[in-house]
Amino acid sequence: MSGNLSVGWFVLISVIKILIAVPILLGIVAYTVWLERKLVGHIQNRWGPSRVGPFGLLQPIADGLKLFFKEDLTPPYVHKALYLLAPILSLTLALTSIAVIPVGGWVTIRGARIPLQITDVNVALLIILGITSMGVYGVALAGWSSNSKYSLLGSLRASAQMVSYEVALGLSLVGVLILSGTFSLRGIVEHQLGGFWNWNIFGGGQIVAFFIYLCAAYAETNRIPFDLPEAETELVAGYHTEYSSMKFAMFFMSEYANMVTVACLASVLFLGGWSGPLFGPPVLQALLPVFWFFLRVLFFLFLYIWVRGTLPRFRYDQLMAFSWKFLLPLAIANVIITSLVVALRS
Amino acid sequence: MPQNYVPIFLFVAVVAIAIPATLMIGKLVRPNNPEKAKLMPYECGIDPVDNARGRYTVRFYIVAILFVVFDVETIFLFPWAVQYRALGLFGLVEMLVFLAILIVGYVWIWKKGALEWV
Repeated sequence: MSGNLSVGWFVLISVIKILIAVPILLGIVAYTVWLERKLVGHIQNRWGPSRVGPFGLLQPIADGLKLFFKEDLTPPYVHKALYLLAPILSLTLALTSIAVIPVGGWVTIRGARIPLQITDVNVALLIILGITSMGVYGVALAGWSSNSKYSLLGSLRASAQMVSYEVALGLSLVGVLILSGTFSLRGIVEHQLGGFWNWNIFGGGQIVAFFIYLCAAYAETNRIPFDLPEAETELVAGYHTEYSSMKFAMFFMSEYANMVTVACLASVLFLGGWSGPLFGPPVLQALLPVFWFFLRVLFFLFLYIWVRGTLPRFRYDQLMAFSWKFLLPLAIANVIITSLVVALRS
Repeated sequence: MPQNYVPIFLFVAVVAIAIPATLMIGKLVRPNNPEKAKLMPYECGIDPVDNARGRYTVRFYIVAILFVVFDVETIFLFPWAVQYRALGLFGLVEMLVFLAILIVGYVWIWKKGALEWV
């Protein structure tokens, strides 16, 4: 792809892309929080944030500043190094997984074709899975290093839940891999271009896999109805009970950044990524795919919030049984059926 | 291409510098007046009893072990799925045998009650 670029240009372009992508991601994270509070407010017949700026639009900035200026307490009984490492690790991993997500096709600037993606590697899906499963370390370290009962219980629950749903999540992707024959997220999207009947969820018949993926993804990001690790009525705040100020904000941001990653991945794997009608002048044609992509991501974020406003929380034994006794056999059946159908078709 | 991995490391570097930097800058502006009650473990106002790192149920260990088994299985399925069309009928039969062995194990752990959360 960038074989015609010199090393200096390659690094420069990469750094520019990173410096554009990280603030955009943090902005999306901040406004997802606003959207969530606003939508859940309306679902519950309240107004949600409405005081800071028009429609409460400046609320995330006010919250961020508030957290920045709060006292950051490091209690004396914690394991200091791990206590500090946990939020940094969580947020770094949560942000890094966006590096391989393709948000659009190619743009040509001065004769150089540049993909709308920080980097296009051929094992992108494996990298994302690796990075997101590392996220469990942040949670486990936070709970253990805090040396508090609520934190430890919360992190144990979170770790067990995340590893249980990791299995179903991984198996739900096998069908997509059979259909597209590549780990590259760009390749997977390019396989689905040309109309919604080509998307993996419809044309590939991966609608069951999509359901498994969504359930597992909600559980991986600790969202309602799987938010047992943070069940406020039982565990105060779960694994980040003892955290305050910016360190608390980091866990908060990493949770929402993970939601965004999961939404991006769902669009890429099942809903055709950036595919959509293209028209107009060349500039518009280059930007429309990005718009279609973000529309899908917004849809998934809306779905997250809608589900949160609608469903109650599971009990812990139901949560475990749902993963091991329902999603896992369903995912294995999906793998077998998909492989048989593909074999019969070819 | 190997050079395509470089931006991922650049990304980690940028983020791993920016986050501690934020914490350091925050240290200059935020107040710091700890006191005895603030520094106690948070247990809703009750004085903590006993060590926080107590014993917990063995179920969590069982889940961890099962996770290793099934996640390794998933990792085996990934390269097979990507090369599915190239492997042809042989690949399909091979993987069905693999899955059959796995399903036998799965039924066994279900019957043993390892999946029950009592």
